[in-house]
Amino acid sequence: MSRLQVVSGKGGTGKTTVAAALALALATEGKRTLLVEVEGRQGIAQLFETETLPYEERKIAVAPGGGEVYALAIDPELALLDYLQMFYKLGGAGRALKKLGAIDFATTIAPGLRDVLLTGKACEAVRRKDKSGRYAYDCVVMDAPPTGRITRFLNVNDEVAGLAKIGPIHNQAQAVMRVLKSPETAVHLVTLLEEMPVQETADGIAELRSARLPVGRVIVNMVRPALLDEAELELGLERTPRTAIARSLSAAGLGGARRGGSAERLVDPLLEQAAEYAERFALERGQRDVLREFGRPLHELPLLAGGMDLAGLYELATALRKQGIA
Amino acid sequence: MTPEPARTSDSAAASGTARPLAPGRALDVDALIDDPRTRIVVCCGSGGVGKTTTAAAIGLRAAERGRKVVVLTIDPARRLAQSMGIDRLDNVPRRVKDVEGEGDGELHAMMLDMKRTFDEIVEAHADKERAAAILANPFYQSLSAGFAGTQEYMAMEKLGQLRSRDEWDLIVVDTPPSRSALDFLDAPKRLGSFLDGKLIRLLMAPAKVGGRAGMKFLNVGMSMMTGALGKLLGGPLLRDVQTFVAAMDTMFGGFRTRADATYRLLQAPGTAFLVVASPERDALREAAYFVERLAADDMPLAGLVLNRVHGSGAAHLSAERALAAAENLEESRIVDQGDGKVGDRNSPDNLLSPETSQPSEASQPSETSVPSEAPHETTTSDVAETTDTTDTSVEQLTAGLLRLHAERMRLLAREQRTRDRFTALHPEVAVAEVAALPGDVHDLAGLRAIGDRLAG
Repeated sequence: MSRLQVVSGKGGTGKTTVAAALALALATEGKRTLLVEVEGRQGIAQLFETETLPYEERKIAVAPGGGEVYALAIDPELALLDYLQMFYKLGGAGRALKKLGAIDFATTIAPGLRDVLLTGKACEAVRRKDKSGRYAYDCVVMDAPPTGRITRFLNVNDEVAGLAKIGPIHNQAQAVMRVLKSPETAVHLVTLLEEMPVQETADGIAELRSARLPVGRVIVNMVRPALLDEAELELGLERTPRTAIARSLSAAGLGGARRGGSAERLVDPLLEQAAEYAERFALERGQRDVLREFGRPLHELPLLAGGMDLAGLYELATALRKQGIA
Repeated sequence: MTPEPARTSDSAAASGTARPLAPGRALDVDALIDDPRTRIVVCCGSGGVGKTTTAAAIGLRAAERGRKVVVLTIDPARRLAQSMGIDRLDNVPRRVKDVEGEGDGELHAMMLDMKRTFDEIVEAHADKERAAAILANPFYQSLSAGFAGTQEYMAMEKLGQLRSRDEWDLIVVDTPPSRSALDFLDAPKRLGSFLDGKLIRLLMAPAKVGGRAGMKFLNVGMSMMTGALGKLLGGPLLRDVQTFVAAMDTMFGGFRTRADATYRLLQAPGTAFLVVASPERDALREAAYFVERLAADDMPLAGLVLNRVHGSGAAHLSAERALAAAENLEESRIVDQGDGKVGDRNSPDNLLSPETSQPSEASQPSETSVPSEAPHETTTSDVAETTDTTDTSVEQLTAGLLRLHAERMRLLAREQRTRDRFTALHPEVAVAEVAALPGDVHDLAGLRAIGDRLAG
């Protein structure tokens, strides 16, 4: 299994939620995972209902069976200072640079540089070992930028190549790319069963493949339950006169079936909702077919009836585990 | 079971939502776009809430109500762009065909090309030779294609350009799919102050003194800094930065001035911000941040557009009652099938008289009848087949419809809770709710339907 699992997806598809659920799912049976955030949104803290995460690896959850989830919100400026200190012992000069705005300069004006710092930090956590030679984390899950930007973000080598042809940044980019393009990494894409996110997933997969980045799984989030069998519904609606439905509603205790009666007045709105359901269901089936054509393992996570909360997160983690993702 | 339930809230049922907003809080979109003083509408909000679609729908509606409109979209879905004839990235507004309406309204649309917009600024503000040097600089290329904020800055820049051309009486702007709704407001200032920053001045100094060779004339502090930067970035990169910075020198003042001008334009009375959200927790949290930020910056907020809100024509029937009724029907079906054994199942009276399936005895339909059901169905499958086409299937269908309704009502309740949390925090914000469509929008007819729903 890949030790660096990158989770991307169109905005609004819930990629942070899926990344967090994945980190929980992978942390079973005494394993330890690190959940990494790179966009400074503090989405992880909100999900786990904890205070704002500092730039520091911190335990935020215990998974069933004793596994642990750590979290880290990577700040590109602090990562750069870290990096300067680690490789050049530039602690003091680093602070001076920060004062001058040089750190801000370096991390904002060259997006490739910023990204190499973010991915570099995640790769460092992937490769880190403790004294006994065991990996510090069994798995690192990254809540990555959205699908539209993911290839650029991960393909730091190309981005930096034009800027730094030699030098430590260049070397760092090379080292990061070796990890990202290896089977150690998998890039998962989160989508909904709607046209736009599915189209973006298709584009994302194509871009990742052409950059030779390893495409992992496609995870459909917020799947609404199939309440009725579509064919049955269609057939039933075709054969059943409105009056029969009105009588049936009346029999169920919802008022009179006569014209204008309470049950009778329910028929139209109920049929309208059924037609909307059927239309949406057909659209979703179509999108599911499109997703299958990508030839990647497909997973589905349910829409949580009560909205998203910490308990829901564990529920999604269990669903992922059941589907063999961990 | 009461045969005729009390008519609880027919008015709510008619309006399509269970608990409509108080009238004072409803956003009047038509009044906003019909007002000739409204010159700019900015649609902002977090990713995936339907900003682009909202911007396009508002633009189309305003055009069909007689205004001359241009819509600036940032990253439209392919099919939506095609339907408006702007799938080509040429950075120029194109007139949209098939706009209806009686007045002499027009709709123009364009898709932002940020690199091209940046290139155009360079070309407009530097002489030919210098412009060529800037455009070829790898550092400029990286900055123009992907500076965190370039897209936001260029959207503002383009907005300023469109406004100064004064060819349209209404400009509708979509905002970039930022990680956060606030980026749109922050990026231009950030780029502006960045380009004017202390560091840039420092970096420019050696290049001015004498290009690469000029480095040795620097003071100790400066050489330590460039030394550190050089170590980090590699010598060639630092030189590229310096040449780039020097080449851009003439433009820096301009950048700051323009960013400030666009910012002031956004505060002007003719501008209206619409915060777009879906009735989900995260989207509304971002919307709340944005509302607060707009207030802090004196930006005129027109209201909140809440997309993809679900309603029900039968909102007076609660989820609980619908589920209970569905269970009732399903239980009576089990009892009926038990009766089917006796042989009077196919009597045509069954179809006509609901009394036979009255749930009176079915109230304790019994766990006991359930296990006996399965063998029954397999052994007498031909009987079951015939009964399926009569009222058993009607009951099944009706139960299904009721279950669908229960699900809808739960969704409605959840959306309302989320919305109410927002309105409790920001009671001053007018809200327009847009009822959810079952499918995606990618043609003018769909945009028109959204516009109708927007206007209530």
